[in-house]
Amino acid sequence: MQKYLYSLNLNLSRFIALAIFISASFTTQAKVIKEERSLYRNIFVEDKGNVRCLKFSVKRKTSSQSCINKDNPQKLVFNYTKYVMSSLVFIPNPQKVLIIGLGGGTLSNSLLELYPQIEIDNVEIDPAVVRVAKNYFDFKETDKVRSHTKDGRIFIKRAQRKQQRYDLIILDAFNGEYIPEHLLTQEFLEETKSLLTEQGVLVANTFSSSKLFHHESATYHAVFGDFYSISNENSSGNRVIIIPNKMPLASEIGNNVETLTLPLAKYDIKLFNVISFMDLEKDVESDYRVLTDQYSPANLL
Amino acid sequence: MGVELLGGRILAPYFGSSVHVWGSIITVFMLSLSLGYLFGGRLSLHQPSLQKYGRIFLFAGITLLPLAYFAIPILDFVFDNIEDTRYGSLTASMLLFFVPTIILGMISPYSVRLLVTNEAESGHIAGVLYFVSTLGSALGTLATSFYLVLWFEVNTIIFTFCLLLIALGLVAMLVNKMEVKDAKVPLQS
Repeated sequence: MQKYLYSLNLNLSRFIALAIFISASFTTQAKVIKEERSLYRNIFVEDKGNVRCLKFSVKRKTSSQSCINKDNPQKLVFNYTKYVMSSLVFIPNPQKVLIIGLGGGTLSNSLLELYPQIEIDNVEIDPAVVRVAKNYFDFKETDKVRSHTKDGRIFIKRAQRKQQRYDLIILDAFNGEYIPEHLLTQEFLEETKSLLTEQGVLVANTFSSSKLFHHESATYHAVFGDFYSISNENSSGNRVIIIPNKMPLASEIGNNVETLTLPLAKYDIKLFNVISFMDLEKDVESDYRVLTDQYSPANLL
Repeated sequence: MGVELLGGRILAPYFGSSVHVWGSIITVFMLSLSLGYLFGGRLSLHQPSLQKYGRIFLFAGITLLPLAYFAIPILDFVFDNIEDTRYGSLTASMLLFFVPTIILGMISPYSVRLLVTNEAESGHIAGVLYFVSTLGSALGTLATSFYLVLWFEVNTIIFTFCLLLIALGLVAMLVNKMEVKDAKVPLQS
């Protein structure tokens, strides 16, 4: 009986400890410091401890689009941004970069910091996102780092007509809730491909669950053949697709890994690990239909 | 309505799918439908017949065809010449949808004329026609946006709409011929 009471007591003390722990974690409760309703969505900026996040709420679900560590702004919070930055092993000295989908501007800032001479075109459809990025995420604009408030597809079509070329193109316009269907078609990828320099690299941060995943693969294969990808184990369907226009020699990649490991470590990127996560997805026969401008029910798949 | 929804799809690669693109499409459809109603009513004053009614369907089907075959060169042309996506999408919508939608709009008032036989029931018949055409629009919207885009290419759907309109037109003309024949038989005997 006493033993029983003892164990009850122990359980009780565990319970109390747990309760204290929970209430302690509540003291670092998330605080919304900015709320904005734009033409496209509701935008929040939320502080939780030392992490500040840009959140979109779509269909009653709120998801973080971009986060920064306020105490150590260089440290990248999201794995996917680390994967995107790791694609530099294929193009270690990009001169001109195109980013579709600004978010908090984390990628743009990190690239500018690494390469002070770099030229970046950030394209973001939502002017409210650009404002929030500048005011709350320290998104830096210079005469060479610009932001364009435009639909990504339209920017790319215009750039194609002006025969512009980019060393690195980052497609980061997707989130788990809604996919802009005209940014996931064969025609769109062809247009994007035509903007790459000879050594250029395309990186896409994509979200696609179940069936769409295969349609997405089929579409990328149709345009690019084989590609590299890193899947994020923590969230279903999130993967970063990396496509070098021309594959560098293995020895070059080895050198690039060596020279980039230290500079990227500041951003909390363990380059060696990330490289080991990279899979080569072979262009094999697929039963899934390629998405085109004519057939693009991406949000229904 | 089915075409209107597909219009959004057709314009998206060139002008995005923002609210102003939908604004352009809806404006053009409303504008051309209003003109269509006016012209359809006017046309019904001059010896209305099932033959002419069928011809409206036929023309609607034919003028819709370029949407499937020439949309890309037209969109390229507008995209190259107009930078502002609002006026770009408005111009493109005008070029693509204005004419076929006017003709589609002519159908309703012309139907009223053909179906009304006396003044007393005219309101009732107009009501039934509004009911049928608006319900059809609702079903067309639902079918296109939920299922058709999941199964078929945009052009296939447009082509099917065209064929359907042309077929309806031919049926109306055929029925008209048979009626005329029937009407002539007793005269001759």
